[in-house]
Amino acid sequence: MKSLKLFVFFAAVVFASFARAADPAPANADPVARGKYIVSTAGCHDCHTPLVMTPEGPRPDMSRALSGHPESFDVGQVPQLPGGWLASIANTGTAYSGPWGVSFTANLTPDRETGIGKWTARTFIDTIRTGRHLGRGREILPPMPIMVYRNFTDEDLTAIFTYLQSLPPVKNKVPEPRPPVAAPVAAGR
Amino acid sequence: MRGEFLHDLLKLATAVVLLPVLARADDARGLPQHLGDTGLYVAGSLSQVSPDVLPFSPQYPLWSDGAAKRRWIWLPPGTSIDASSPDAWDFPRGTKLWKQFAHGNAIETRYIERGSDGAWRFGSYVWNADGTDAVLAPVRGIRDLPAAKAPGARYTIPSEDDCRACHEGAPVPVLGFSALQLSPDRDPLAPHAERVAGAVDLASLSKRGLLRNLPVELLARPPRIAASNPAERAALGYLHGNCGNCHNNEGPLAVLEMNLAQRVDAPEQETSHANQVLDSIIGVQSGFRPAGAPANAPRIAPGHSGDSVIALRMQSRDPLQQMPPLGTSAVDADAVALMARWIESLSKNPSSN
Repeated sequence: MKSLKLFVFFAAVVFASFARAADPAPANADPVARGKYIVSTAGCHDCHTPLVMTPEGPRPDMSRALSGHPESFDVGQVPQLPGGWLASIANTGTAYSGPWGVSFTANLTPDRETGIGKWTARTFIDTIRTGRHLGRGREILPPMPIMVYRNFTDEDLTAIFTYLQSLPPVKNKVPEPRPPVAAPVAAGR
Repeated sequence: MRGEFLHDLLKLATAVVLLPVLARADDARGLPQHLGDTGLYVAGSLSQVSPDVLPFSPQYPLWSDGAAKRRWIWLPPGTSIDASSPDAWDFPRGTKLWKQFAHGNAIETRYIERGSDGAWRFGSYVWNADGTDAVLAPVRGIRDLPAAKAPGARYTIPSEDDCRACHEGAPVPVLGFSALQLSPDRDPLAPHAERVAGAVDLASLSKRGLLRNLPVELLARPPRIAASNPAERAALGYLHGNCGNCHNNEGPLAVLEMNLAQRVDAPEQETSHANQVLDSIIGVQSGFRPAGAPANAPRIAPGHSGDSVIALRMQSRDPLQQMPPLGTSAVDADAVALMARWIESLSKNPSSN
């Protein structure tokens, strides 16, 4: 587990690498090209593509691009932070512990069972607009910047979804989020 | 004594600070600022319901943390509901519906109306402590309003997004007012169902000429969920009324391939419709893994309510796990018991169900 400070450094490295690769695509471009442009510049990979350590430092594992927190990585117990610190981040950059509990980034690839392969554009738009899973379920947790992304136009969100659906599906069942330590748990369990 | 003082203080704060602020706000939805201006009551009253407003009571009501509820509908004069599709009634433009929630005193009255453009609008009116006014809540809702007799002494007014999350998950945004919900053949085991004096049902609506194109067989043989025993009928009805508005095979959550909504459009196929629901949950692996549940736990594990994800999520009010995900902060113990009774009655061999 790494500190938030370290993660900011990682995120900057990842963001910089994708920012260099992004080809501008105007709003009226082919939806896949437009979606790829937005995904590459809006920081989606920063959290949804797992990092791996290399001799050059942490780098996104593009063989698992946008597939979310690896199901094979059990983060175990999360560290208790001293006062003045808000969150802890797993070294893959895909799991976050804070006052909301532990959140794991989603598999955005079109795998039908573990990703968003069965979703429609409406499901995706509803999710981003409402900040609720599938537009109707539990609230999407930090650090997903819903309050920023909900301002995308329907056209841009549709382009993002179209691009995500064009990716190779990655089978990866992301764990469910964990509640805060002091939160109520299900009755009878 | 101290508790009473605090309660009075909270009432005062609500009356003096919150409601006047709300009353001054402009509403982008175009809804009236005061409940008294929506047409529910006779002019000048907040208790005498207008004579052309009809009370109703669904047989499978939504659980709302034990709130006492009253419901009404109003149709513009000379109009009627097109009931040709029994599971998706088409309401005339101008239709209005109200639902009042009370824990002791009335707390809010939710309101939906169909505008002249055909679009549905959603709002909620918050009552003051003395019941002398109810003012339109902001679009974002109000979290944790003081309410002494509500669970946890707090009550949350839903946001417009919350309203739409449930009401727009079904083919028609009017929930609880359908052929099955208003069937005169009411389920005696349905949790929290209320008999309301003067409430309209399928037969009385038809007699009043407020339903057109209703298949005549639904009057001759009122709709009823086909089930192998009374507990199953009530459990499936509860799932229909509390979950089927989102979990159906026609709305946005059809992608989950879990259908909890019953259909009554072809009475001769009642068994088939009920089986479609059962086939989508019994022994079907859940996409959600609740903490502490067995790996690959099914939505419903025959004979094992403790291993059934639907039952486990109904028992939880952890916001990350609970079902329904919004509109409730207290477990419905009666429904949990009903579900357990039904699941335990199922054969442990799924192929025989």
